[in-house]
Amino acid sequence: MTGNGPAHGPELTATAAAGEAPQSAGVAGSVASTGAPVDEGTPSFWAKLSKSSPLVALILQRLALSVALLFAVSLMIFGGVEALPGDFATTYLGQSATPQAIENIRKDLGLDQPATTRYFKWLGGAIQGDFGNSWASKNSVSEQIGKRLGNSLFLAFFAAIISVPLAVGLGMLAVQYRNRMPDKIINVISLAAISLPEFFVGYLLILFFAVQMGVATFPATVYDSMTIGQRLSAIALPTATLVLVVLAHMMRMTRAAILNVMSSAYVETAELKGLSSLRIIARHAAPNAVAPVINVIALNLAYLVVGVVVVEVVFVYPGMGQYMVDAVTVRDMPVVQACGLIFAAFYIFLNMFADILAIVANPRLRHPR
Amino acid sequence: MPDLLSVRNLKIEATSYPPGEPPKTVTLVEGVNFDVQKGKVLGLIGESGAGKSTIGLTALAYGRGGVRITGGEVKLNGEDLLKLGPAGIRKVRGCKVCYVAQSAAAAFNPAHRLGEQVIEASLKHGVMGRAEAEKRALYLFKVLGLPSPETFGQRYPHQVSGGQLQRAMTAMALCPNPELIVFDEPTTALDVTTQIDVLAAIKHAIEETHTAALYITHDLAVVAQITDDILVLRHGKMVEYGSVKQIIEAPTQDYTRALVNVRGTKREEAPDQSDTLLKVDNITAGYSNGFKVLQNVSLHLPKGQTLAVVGESGSGKSTLARVITGLLPPQEGTISFDGTPLPRALKGRTNDQLRRIQMIYQMADTAMNPRQTVRDIIGRPLTFYYGLRGARKTERVKELLEQIEMGGRFADRYPAELSGGQKQRVAIARALAAQPELILCDEPTSALDPLVAEGILKLLLKLQDETHVSYMFITHDIAIVRAIADSVAVMHRGRLVRFGPKSKVLSPPFDDYTDLLLKSVPEMEIGWLEKVLTTRRMESAGN
Repeated sequence: MTGNGPAHGPELTATAAAGEAPQSAGVAGSVASTGAPVDEGTPSFWAKLSKSSPLVALILQRLALSVALLFAVSLMIFGGVEALPGDFATTYLGQSATPQAIENIRKDLGLDQPATTRYFKWLGGAIQGDFGNSWASKNSVSEQIGKRLGNSLFLAFFAAIISVPLAVGLGMLAVQYRNRMPDKIINVISLAAISLPEFFVGYLLILFFAVQMGVATFPATVYDSMTIGQRLSAIALPTATLVLVVLAHMMRMTRAAILNVMSSAYVETAELKGLSSLRIIARHAAPNAVAPVINVIALNLAYLVVGVVVVEVVFVYPGMGQYMVDAVTVRDMPVVQACGLIFAAFYIFLNMFADILAIVANPRLRHPR
Repeated sequence: MPDLLSVRNLKIEATSYPPGEPPKTVTLVEGVNFDVQKGKVLGLIGESGAGKSTIGLTALAYGRGGVRITGGEVKLNGEDLLKLGPAGIRKVRGCKVCYVAQSAAAAFNPAHRLGEQVIEASLKHGVMGRAEAEKRALYLFKVLGLPSPETFGQRYPHQVSGGQLQRAMTAMALCPNPELIVFDEPTTALDVTTQIDVLAAIKHAIEETHTAALYITHDLAVVAQITDDILVLRHGKMVEYGSVKQIIEAPTQDYTRALVNVRGTKREEAPDQSDTLLKVDNITAGYSNGFKVLQNVSLHLPKGQTLAVVGESGSGKSTLARVITGLLPPQEGTISFDGTPLPRALKGRTNDQLRRIQMIYQMADTAMNPRQTVRDIIGRPLTFYYGLRGARKTERVKELLEQIEMGGRFADRYPAELSGGQKQRVAIARALAAQPELILCDEPTSALDPLVAEGILKLLLKLQDETHVSYMFITHDIAIVRAIADSVAVMHRGRLVRFGPKSKVLSPPFDDYTDLLLKSVPEMEIGWLEKVLTTRRMESAGN
């Protein structure tokens, strides 16, 4: 019943995190020498820190790694966009444009400068929040993204505050009734939801709630002039779609992580103390299942921000995803680069927070010997 | 006196799911009867699979995994626990009957402080208020001899040692003032020098609180120190039930007699120890974090003889074996084999050098590929070192199986189809297949039941007589050292404390550590524990 759960997830995580402690000196040291030069003269600083407070050392290491990773991603985005075939000037002016006209536009946009110069110029601006001007509309990219990002986050936020508690709660419920009817029902429904592509789920919801029953708003386009109530009603369907899509993954992971912990000796101890099963799950199992669950939640949150392109297109919702897709079709490179970098940043930093939370949740690191 | 716990006609079953077959119901325990009076201790003893733990847990009406109690009665103060519903049994668990697990390290929740876990059951059952429970926990920490009892409860499980955790677990069981405690091998996972402290603490605590107990162990010498009665079990059935005195001094059953006299193997040390095979010179080794596991270790091993390396966990015994095999290149020092220095790392050694040193591990289970048959496992070194194939290989595998007293019919079995002792025999055959001159044995018997372990030791000695192979035998068990060694190395915290022929090392004058180690080994003698504790007290008073 309990013996054949999945592999020792949480335990492995715990030992891996603990095992990294001694190495953090080396990794962080190398980051320091390539990225920001901190304390070059005292190599033992990291060794000392990771010994006295491994928690701080590990968190600093994660921060440094995330920043380094973001720089690497910016390089890849820029390189990738450079490598794209085709050219804004030719697309913009058409096939019959004179070489002189193309040359002028290239000069206007600064495309005649070498790639490295343009990269550092772009990066310098990006760090200060200035992503340059859109080639197509000549407007400031930052300004436009600001509005679109706000919309995307608005949608993601509501999807998250519904799906995360729901997923964790359903996961615990499934453990409580494991292999019985409620568990099976939860499993089947969530599996069905994750198996259908999100555009299909979206169309189904539109068909039932907007077309047949007429209770929901469609399309989900929001305007500046809308009140908060109108906005909420507009995003009801896309939010529901997103919740259905991300729910199953988080729910199943919560169930698996807690079940894995439920087969451990300390849960048996709790059972032999005569505690109620609810207390056993909430107090003895859940705290030890936090690390893997947090990771899945972070992945899904990142998906909510980054992966909603399809949902935004289906519901005609003016978010980041749609903006980026539009920019790619007209080769509006500053917009593509900016969107790419912002998506990457969300992804990296959400995962970093998950890592840090998982580290903080580990009593071995929080309370070193 | 009325019985506190009375078990009658106990029957316990489990359902097993063999792959490809319909589920089977297996009877684990049948026809077991025993009684425990108030304030008395009953020892349950037997080898693994005897149903000791399963029977112990019935006192809490608990079945581990798919185990079900299907018959008989378990009466606590006249009330049948098996007839109580889930809510009723919850009131008994952790309140009237408590449990101390074998591995306290796994049984404590890593996410909560020890103190909270110790008093949790008392609070939840409403036995006492928080202030009172904390006071009692403090009292118990003191009784059990835990260091700085005032702050002990604020620590997390990973912050204290294994022996301390085992004592904390005992405190956790004693806290709600239960009528009965089930101790499930509470000292088996501990070093001998720690075991004696924990045993003394448990005994003292039981006497102080007048709690009754079921004490489960496979070590008759341990149970003789702590219990009033003993129940000997085998294959889920009762073998013998009587007072400690009767069981130890006048056992009536053959099986009990075998358990009492288990340490029958004895070898005289070889008189001439001059023909050196392995010479370890001034080895210092450690891991990348700078911690030195071995410091300046020098020893040597004569041809065809056995060197026992003895010490507690963490003393560097296994690391020494890793250094000799080349798995862990030493930071300093040299190793020479048969007069020629060995390259430090595994990579630098020739196939022939590798062939001449083989290894046997503690867990034969994990040292063999579960998807290979015995033929493949033993045949691999034959092909690798000697290029044997086909009929010649089959013939040789059969020969080796005969040599380890198993016979050719085992060749097509998988490791999962073998018992623990048989697996270890196959591991020995695999080592022998290379025809080595030295076999490093890393605690090959410590995971086995005493009678099975005895068989392995006898086999090893027989093979030594036949093939003149040398053994470096790593163990924490002094009795094994006495039985099979020619020379002995005592290790403590990475240093060699004592080294020489067995007769010299194991006879006085001792250094402090060897003395402690030798005195900590339980002897099959009633009152041994008191005697040791009294001597200790006198010694510390004398200092």
